[in-house]
Amino acid sequence: MARDTIVLLGVNHKTTPLAVREKMALASGYDQPLADLRRLDCLDECFLLSTCNRVEVLFTCNDPDSARRQVLDMLFAGSVSREEVAGCIYQHRDEEAVRHLFLVASSLDSMIVGESQILGQLKEAYRFASEKKTSGMVLNKLLHKSFSVAKRVRTETKIGASAVSISYAAVELGKKIFGDLKEKRVMLVGAGEMAELAAEHLVGQGVAEVIVANRTFERAVKLAGCYHGRAIGLEELVEQLQDVDIIVSSTGAPDLILTREDVAPVMPKRRYQPLFFIDIAVPRDLDPAINEIDNVYLYDIDDLNNVVEMNKSERDKEAVKASRIVEEETLKFCGWLENMEVTPTIIEMRSMADQICRDELGRTLGRLGSLTDKEKKTLEKMASSICSKMLHHPIRYLKTDHPCVDQQKRVEVVRTLFNLDRDGSDGS
Amino acid sequence: MSYLLFQVSFVAYILAMTVYLVFFFTQKKYVRGLARKLFFAAALLHTANIISRLVAAGHTPITSVHEVISFFAWSIAWCYLSFRWRYTVKNFGTFSSILVVLLMLVSALAPHAILPLSQTQHSWLFPVHASLAIVADAFLALACIGGLMYLLQERELKQKRFGFFYSRLPSLESLDKLNQHCLSIGFTLMTLGMFTGYIWARQIWGGRNWHWDPKIVWAMITWFLYAALMHQRFTMGWRGRRAAIVTIVAFVAVLLTLVFLFKGVHGHGA
Repeated sequence: MARDTIVLLGVNHKTTPLAVREKMALASGYDQPLADLRRLDCLDECFLLSTCNRVEVLFTCNDPDSARRQVLDMLFAGSVSREEVAGCIYQHRDEEAVRHLFLVASSLDSMIVGESQILGQLKEAYRFASEKKTSGMVLNKLLHKSFSVAKRVRTETKIGASAVSISYAAVELGKKIFGDLKEKRVMLVGAGEMAELAAEHLVGQGVAEVIVANRTFERAVKLAGCYHGRAIGLEELVEQLQDVDIIVSSTGAPDLILTREDVAPVMPKRRYQPLFFIDIAVPRDLDPAINEIDNVYLYDIDDLNNVVEMNKSERDKEAVKASRIVEEETLKFCGWLENMEVTPTIIEMRSMADQICRDELGRTLGRLGSLTDKEKKTLEKMASSICSKMLHHPIRYLKTDHPCVDQQKRVEVVRTLFNLDRDGSDGS
Repeated sequence: MSYLLFQVSFVAYILAMTVYLVFFFTQKKYVRGLARKLFFAAALLHTANIISRLVAAGHTPITSVHEVISFFAWSIAWCYLSFRWRYTVKNFGTFSSILVVLLMLVSALAPHAILPLSQTQHSWLFPVHASLAIVADAFLALACIGGLMYLLQERELKQKRFGFFYSRLPSLESLDKLNQHCLSIGFTLMTLGMFTGYIWARQIWGGRNWHWDPKIVWAMITWFLYAALMHQRFTMGWRGRRAAIVTIVAFVAVLLTLVFLFKGVHGHGA
């Protein structure tokens, strides 16, 4: 039996517009999709990552083509049509998949190259996969390796120095609109990590006040406390537009929270002073039509990407260095894959089972006498499926990373149980 | 002598503009320093030219087309320098120097003989009225340049396609400030100019002080346009794109007034 293939399917900000990405994002969290994937027989191990810029599905399987079909149907059938998915999804296998994951982890594939949020998001996603036990030995090793590659890239290159997050780009834009950001008021809608990062940057620019609006008031109060700001409820949002200049929205709300009709009447009351909206939520929080109002500027994540593109060249040199590290680590990991020890044991186990099957089938068919070809086929099929069902758990046991029993030990246990070394103590 | 000074200052303006354009494309800081020095030197030379012409003619040199336009260019140069002294607006110098050079070109093409004052121009009010009006127009011209820059930059920000101008143009806020600053001064001077013009008209025409002359009509229209804009700015808080568009439209009216100036009742060139 050949080793399982590592397959990575995904969409990111480079291949897919925001409008499609927001439909594909796993809005309900990881639990349900992971449980769904677990039910697919064709997958051995799986891992999911969903952020506002990307959705990545990583799994190992025997038959990549049919697995791809089943996985995509399972995850996106309700939200996006098959053709649309096929148009924007990319697929990497084995070495390519490893390389891609390393690139993602070390933030070389990010919208803002060098930002550090992605590593946190990756670790968070991995926590779910390991809690649900959907990741096994291969993926555990791969993900842990990706964390250490990311760390190596951060310490050995200066890639993280120039841009830290999406909010960096937002500050640049704010300066083009307002000149400088002193005396400006900032409102954060949604008090998640992204909002926090944005606040950090803006306060660094000397903004006058930070106001936090959040669904859960308690969290708003907490975040506002960090910046000596104040907290408000989501209901007061429109009212507050009169006094603030910059709005950073990052709620997890499925619908728009501000529309053009909310914002337009506020402008005369503000004496047409510019308003700058930054929508970093996926799905979007703010009506794109807001940008059409005079003196109002609305940027969503994709738009910020353009700003980022412009000051990219400085970072490109560091990126070359970082890519070299990724390349090196990819090769190392692939070497490990080749030498995976469990494989010979699994092959032996399977061939033993096959042998038993064939022997028993031969005996039974001889006794039954006249059977049609079709009937024979059915019997053979049944026998082989019993075999593989029986072997499923032992193989899983071999492949899964066990916290207390090391791999060598497990290989031994399986070999003894199935008498693979033929020491002859219980020959039957 | 005075024409030589004019030519030298014209060349200096062209050099300053060229260096400003080099700065605009390359964005190297030391180039901008050179451009500023050149522009300042050109403005000084131009001042010398106007003074020497004043001495030669024995009256304020704003009687011929050549003189009026040269005076206009000179005012823009000094208004720009006065503005530059208080505020910084990125690459404003590039746009201003282009306008100055264009005006100097028109001025150089016009016949530059010194004309004697006509009957009506002997009043002491004439140079006051004319120079107030021209300096006012210079500030309004700067406001118009600021408006154009605003529209260019606003377009980039709204369409989110960051092209050539995005990094080279200043922030919207500073352009809007420029608009307000130049409009306030320009409008005040323009009002004073209109007022002195009215008194001058009374002096020369006696009681019959209203002429249906296209120049005066256009001047009134222009004044009302700016008055409306100022009113909206200060009471309603109009700013940004709308203010920029009205500023540009009103400046077109200023230019039309200038065109009629050379044909109409004032008859400077005749």
